[in-house]
Amino acid sequence: MTTRLASGGRLIDRSTAHEFTFNGKRMGGFAGDTLAAALLANDQMLVGRSFKYHRPRGVVAAGPEEPNALVNLGAGARLEPNQRATTTELFEGLEAGSQNHWPSLDFDIGILNNYAAKLLPAGFYYKTFIHPRAFWKHVFEPIVRQSAGLGKAPKDRDADRYEQAYAFADVLVVGGGIAGLQAALVAGQSGARVMLLEQTAHWGGRAPVDGVTVDGQSADEWVKNAVQALERMENVTLRLRCCGAGVYDHGYVLADERVADHTPGDGRPKHRLWRIRAGRIITATGAIERPLSFAGNDIPGVMLAAAVRDYVVNFAISPGDRTVVVTNNDDAYRTAIALHQAGLVVPVIVDARAQANGALPMQARALGIRVETGKAIAKVKGGKRVTGVALCAQAGEGAVLEEVACEAVAMSGGWSPVVHLWSHCGGKLTWDAANAHFRPDATRPPTTDDGSAMVIAAGAANGALLAGDCLADGHAAGLAAVGQAGAAAPEAIAADESPMAPVWIMPQGAAPALKAKMWLDYQNDVKVSDVQLAAREGYESVEHTKRYTTLGMATDQGKLSNINGLAVLAGALNTDIPQVGTTTFRPPYTPVTLGALAGEARGEIFQPLRKTPMHGWHEAQGAYFEPVGLWRRPYCFARAGESHAQAVEREVTNTRNALGLLDASTLGKIVVKGPDAGKFLDMLYTGVMSNLAVGKCRYGLMCSESGFLMDDGVVARIDANTFLVHTTTGGADRIHAHMEDWLQCEWWDWQVYTANVTEQYAQVAVVGPNARKLLEKLGGMDVSKDALPFMTWADGTLGGFRARVYRISFSGELSYEVAIPASEGLAFWQTCVAAGAEFGVMPYGTEALHVLRAEKGFIMIGDETDGTVIPQDLNLGWAISKKKADYLGKRGQERAFLASPDRWTLVGLETLDGSVIPDGAYAVTEGTNANGQRNTEGRVTSTYYSPTLKRGIAMGLVRHGASRMGETVEFPKVGGGSVKAKIVDQVFYDKDGARQNV
Amino acid sequence: MLTLECPYCGVKAEETELTPGYEAHLKRFGPGSSDDDFESYMFARKNPKGVHFERWRHAYGCGKWFLAARCTVTLEVFGTYPAQLGEPPADIIAKITAKRPGWEGYK
Ligand SMILES: [Zn+2]
Repeated sequence: MTTRLASGGRLIDRSTAHEFTFNGKRMGGFAGDTLAAALLANDQMLVGRSFKYHRPRGVVAAGPEEPNALVNLGAGARLEPNQRATTTELFEGLEAGSQNHWPSLDFDIGILNNYAAKLLPAGFYYKTFIHPRAFWKHVFEPIVRQSAGLGKAPKDRDADRYEQAYAFADVLVVGGGIAGLQAALVAGQSGARVMLLEQTAHWGGRAPVDGVTVDGQSADEWVKNAVQALERMENVTLRLRCCGAGVYDHGYVLADERVADHTPGDGRPKHRLWRIRAGRIITATGAIERPLSFAGNDIPGVMLAAAVRDYVVNFAISPGDRTVVVTNNDDAYRTAIALHQAGLVVPVIVDARAQANGALPMQARALGIRVETGKAIAKVKGGKRVTGVALCAQAGEGAVLEEVACEAVAMSGGWSPVVHLWSHCGGKLTWDAANAHFRPDATRPPTTDDGSAMVIAAGAANGALLAGDCLADGHAAGLAAVGQAGAAAPEAIAADESPMAPVWIMPQGAAPALKAKMWLDYQNDVKVSDVQLAAREGYESVEHTKRYTTLGMATDQGKLSNINGLAVLAGALNTDIPQVGTTTFRPPYTPVTLGALAGEARGEIFQPLRKTPMHGWHEAQGAYFEPVGLWRRPYCFARAGESHAQAVEREVTNTRNALGLLDASTLGKIVVKGPDAGKFLDMLYTGVMSNLAVGKCRYGLMCSESGFLMDDGVVARIDANTFLVHTTTGGADRIHAHMEDWLQCEWWDWQVYTANVTEQYAQVAVVGPNARKLLEKLGGMDVSKDALPFMTWADGTLGGFRARVYRISFSGELSYEVAIPASEGLAFWQTCVAAGAEFGVMPYGTEALHVLRAEKGFIMIGDETDGTVIPQDLNLGWAISKKKADYLGKRGQERAFLASPDRWTLVGLETLDGSVIPDGAYAVTEGTNANGQRNTEGRVTSTYYSPTLKRGIAMGLVRHGASRMGETVEFPKVGGGSVKAKIVDQVFYDKDGARQNV
Repeated sequence: MLTLECPYCGVKAEETELTPGYEAHLKRFGPGSSDDDFESYMFARKNPKGVHFERWRHAYGCGKWFLAARCTVTLEVFGTYPAQLGEPPADIIAKITAKRPGWEGYK
């Protein structure tokens, strides 16, 4: 069993005990423990089940590469799935639960998949679920959804807050081991702005665990001094618990700081996402130990050798009384020695190499530890935990030589540099045959905006695995980052190591039955036999093999499985590992929670809100708002006891019969000014604007260069050189940018200036038969039919307010749009409400606006248009100049398919039964298309109940629409049935415009 | 997250301050142009793996459009210049030619 040792543990504080629960069971640990260490201290070896076969899974690693020990952490509003126990710091009251099992961790029914493993080979899902189609929906998907998946998504709203911070650094160092510390020291001493990040809660990395000495000091002592020196430098920023997650273009780095993961509820943000712009990035991210592939290497109790060392030295954890060490390198002997020094037994060190005579093997032998060279593990014995190993010759096929009883196996297949950050933005790798790993190729680094190297890899992350080389490399990286040559590096001393031997399968001639029990990817259940099968089936590209077998697609993203999988694939393809290459390393290095990415942008402040000057009044009236871009506009002003539909009906009817007020402030308003303003607008609009008389208004259409209708609105000529362009609410910023684009880049010699003055004016539409009466009551300017006819505007005052009054209508009623300085908008609105009482004034919202315009057959950008519609489709040919040589979109509209007589064109649709056609419905016609779907001949673009006509009305685009007046078309409804509608003129109400021309 | 120096205000702007305008130095083909010319102007974009000339707007800064020459592979920026220039400045051309021997030119 795994237990806590009586003494030792450099990271734990035995004077501070923490109680926590795992699957509801109360357990105890110490401050400084990781959850994984605390679980092991309580003999909780079994921590989860694998993804596909639901095999028992135990802790394998001691860092972020851990594939197995994933837990649901916390509860309720603080539940987080897929948290790695190896990087979770223990705190009082921590609640954790295991994942991916049913009904319980100890008895998991999904283990049946394990016995059916032969039926679930690589690519099983792809092979099985293709045919017949109906089976997927009704049989396969429900089963897969039930049994697959890791943690459960939390149901409650996250109780924590997250924040984001920006930082700038000349040199950003990622990784606080000895290489990173030395790089930061050197760079900091040059005066450069330095930022140093360490993902764990402790500085120093592996060196203190591995017994390294630096300049005569213990690693712990040297690290302490280095950190103190850095803290004294004002130009250096240090962050612990801060993981460099991703490197992006031009020195942009994302880092995730776990501020309060270990102190939940203390009021601090849970995470802080750093958005860093760095001149140079030093990746001192260390290396990750590789597993060895032998049968049963996934049984709980089989761990990475360095992880076993970490647990013994850092947390005083005994992995079991007897630990067999299996290795292809010298480094793992440190684990045997550490176990021995802790008073534990290492029955045998199994070394696949023919000989092992380096300093560490000799030291182990001197301690009386048995060393067997040229040997391998034929098989691990045990089910839910290791009970022993069977040994064989590495050169053979697995004939068992002897069996050794043990509780744990510490394995080491060598080390792979953490090259992720180097690779994120294009850094290339080179194959290091001596260490059998990929390491950064310094001649092909990721580059920044001046073409120079953006990232410098340092230490073990650069392939400098030995402590002496590692520290010197960090020193050199620090100097290179600040462009200096400098003093000699401190000297780190650790035991010399003999060369490792690449061993990918153990024993090398293992029979198929053994290979089917050799795990490569523990979480996703990918075995040596799966990769070999994929190769046999023709998956020669590593990217294809990855997706076919799911190798490296687990939450650890192949941190453990990558190189071993590549090696097995290379072996199966009879080629070299560098030939096979690696899969792509993509950010983030470890998962970053969505809360951190969102930061403060959630709930009320998810995005900025734009409010008109009258917004508060609408709120006070209990208006129901709808989002229109970043604006919130009143949809309707429902009264007590009134449904929205009833409110809209009342607002429409009142506007038609008495007087309505619309807050039209969101309407885009752009001033276009200059000697060439008219010429410019003639290019922008399909119609002519340059000949518009001062004091007049004209409706215009804007098209994209490809010919499609993009915006519409009324243009008013203010003076000889000045136009005021109205755009749609959503279009103001876009159209202003569109104008600037053409003015700056194409017609830059034209003398035109634009200004978006949308928010400078409040705008109130005064609409209805009593509109003139209200303005006359306010008084101050002549708004009579003769003084201010339809499609004109005038400046003046109304009730003492400075006003610009446009006589335009989007409802078909007598209508004035009154622009007021924004600061006076609310006062003017309130004045209109008060003064209009005797004329039956009521505010109306956007839905009534839509109904009013639809009754009149007016188009709405975004309803009648969707980026594929040209003005000609909407019977708006009258607004297109035939005389102009050019306008934006003219050439585009001349394209054959846009000029085709077969295009769907705008018509009115009147349902035979008076009902409302569902929004977005398609009209169907005879026959079916290639997918067996009914052919279509049109679609609904706007559909409403008309309170004025007391029936459903709609507009739609229908093939040959204009020539089919009186015909009936059919619109199927979702869920069955259909609506029949007659094709009619799109103007449903007051076709002659008598109501607005008064 | 590129950074590009705005040639108008001199600010080294981050991509979040900029809006992209895609390929630069396009010649506009309007009414009367052939289908081939219009298609090439409207739809055919170079999208090279290598040196590329692009339009960018310093939208959340001075509001000006400018042009940038950069390598889409290494992300090296060879220079930025005002949008009114009909062709890239000679010093930028020289810089690219020096760094990318055999470069086929911007057209
Ligand atoms: Zn600028």
